[in-house]
Amino acid sequence: MQIKDLFSKKKYATIPSERPKRDIPEGLMNKCSKCGTIQYSKELEKNLKVCSSCGHHYRLNAWERIGMTLDDGHLTEYDAAMESVDPLSFPGYAGKLEQQKAKSNLRDSVVTGDGKIGGFPVVVAVMSFDFFTGSMGSVAGEKITRAIEAAHEKKLPLIIFSTSSGARMQESILSLMQMAKTSAALAKFQGAGGLYISVFTDPTTGGVSASFASLGDYNLAEPGALIGFAGRIVIEQTIRQKLPDNFQTAEFNLQHGQLDKVVHRKDMKATLTKLLDMHCEKEGSFHGE
Amino acid sequence: MANELPFEKPIVELRQKIKELKSLSVDKGIDFSEEILRLEERCKQLEEELYSELTAAQKMHLARHHQRPTSLDFIGAIFSDFMELHGDRLFADDLAIVGGLAKLNGVPVTVIGHQRGKDTRDNIARFFGSPHPEGFRKALRLMQQANKFNRPIITFIDTKGAYPGNTAEERGQSEAIARNLREMAGFGVPIICVVIGEGGSGGALALGVGNRVLMLENAIYSAISPNGAASILWKDASRADQAAEAMKITAKDLLEFGIIEQIIEEPQGGAHRDLEFQAERIKEGLWSQLQELLKLNAEELIEDRYNKFRKIGYFQMAELEAAEDGLEQSAATELNSGLNDSIASDAKGQEAAPTLN
Repeated sequence: MQIKDLFSKKKYATIPSERPKRDIPEGLMNKCSKCGTIQYSKELEKNLKVCSSCGHHYRLNAWERIGMTLDDGHLTEYDAAMESVDPLSFPGYAGKLEQQKAKSNLRDSVVTGDGKIGGFPVVVAVMSFDFFTGSMGSVAGEKITRAIEAAHEKKLPLIIFSTSSGARMQESILSLMQMAKTSAALAKFQGAGGLYISVFTDPTTGGVSASFASLGDYNLAEPGALIGFAGRIVIEQTIRQKLPDNFQTAEFNLQHGQLDKVVHRKDMKATLTKLLDMHCEKEGSFHGE
Repeated sequence: MANELPFEKPIVELRQKIKELKSLSVDKGIDFSEEILRLEERCKQLEEELYSELTAAQKMHLARHHQRPTSLDFIGAIFSDFMELHGDRLFADDLAIVGGLAKLNGVPVTVIGHQRGKDTRDNIARFFGSPHPEGFRKALRLMQQANKFNRPIITFIDTKGAYPGNTAEERGQSEAIARNLREMAGFGVPIICVVIGEGGSGGALALGVGNRVLMLENAIYSAISPNGAASILWKDASRADQAAEAMKITAKDLLEFGIIEQIIEEPQGGAHRDLEFQAERIKEGLWSQLQELLKLNAEELIEDRYNKFRKIGYFQMAELEAAEDGLEQSAATELNSGLNDSIASDAKGQEAAPTLN
């Protein structure tokens, strides 16, 4: 052995482990996007998809929310067959629509219908962020307007769960006009004594936030939900400043007087029931009388 | 010349040539009159061709022309006895929206408009015509006043959009816009809106729920600015021209969609070429629409406005498969099948969410 061998590095080889890797089925576990806690998907589901560690409210699609909120998860759906056309012949829109439908199992970004909450008959509209980032085009605008009109006609309370990135760019001006259409329908409904409870869920921004979502007789929100008009990046570029972390959260909006209440998901149904009870009779429900 | 847009270059060059020839003929005493006449003829022809078939992008540039007349220019030229009124009675006076009382051919009206600045200093004071909540609330206050005193409301729309700032968010930008939409739907007086420049998004619509919406020939109106759309679609804001074509933002497109009722002719080359002509055309449009609307009572006006917006939108009914036909759906089964997917997409966190204002 020579002196210099003392300084040479020993070489190691890796031998593949004999133990087989444990087979974890896809989707069994889930990692919280806020705090990183790993938990069983089944546990998470039992917990209404709220992280047991940090309280982060996962986004729900429309049918998950309907299942959690309506009595027996039962909805008599309106306009289930309504779907978008491509009125502007916008490049790539038709293909994107098909892709979104396949991905979300929905025909557009909102599901409407009637059912019961805590025994009180209600008309609901539930938006789904997994279809086209919940954006509002002609179909969402029309379905929500019809839901408002149905509530008016049936003299039932209206509850809208919003989540949306705003107007759907691919229908440009037609999307913008849905803001006016839905708001005008609310003017009629609320003007006639109709009860409208708006629930902001994560995220609700742009044209939806700036129309029906902000017009509830009662405006509620889930904890941590992003609620605002303009996007954070746009604002940071405009004012050339970093915005605080809690900017545009539900809590921020509560603090600035834009919400009546921030309600944890586990308390949502009870809170809605309590509100409905203040306004309605259970049988043949009619508010304002 | 700084006032010409890039697409107007051929005309500018031709005019320059004519000017040179004219001065040459004076200096050198050579008679170019025939040549000049020929060139002037060609210049006229070129102008007609160019301006009669402007693309959406060219119109967008005209609508944003820095010399394009603003709301206050038109208010001064169209109405008499204008008295500006200030403030929302809640927080401040937002100079991005102006409003007040005026007379249109002797009839008292309330007039409100977005106001861009005339120069940099003015633009900073007016936030480049992009209102804060207090601007929308000032407009609402003036409209409620008009409704109370049974005065018609006339609005001029000219904004890139509501101001995207933290203070605007803190004071409820969304709520301010939403409230205007709902309240405008319920006023029992005629409301006529004129898109005079750029109609950008919710900030424009917050003054835009009218019985009649008129639009200048080269004005544009859209849910998101073509620049914003281009940066979302192609991650490249410089492709705004291309987005402008795709988004159908011109007066002609909007007339076809039934969103506006009338296109108001502009002088050749755009509104900034002849304020007087433009103001006169707008006045004619306003007056004839107002005559029609004054025949309706309050209830009819509200119904008329509701019907106008109620019918906007395109959709179809899909052929439902037999299993789906019952319309009765239970969420229980959907919940399971949809669960894993939605967790996966949630874990990815921020999807590319185009936030449209």
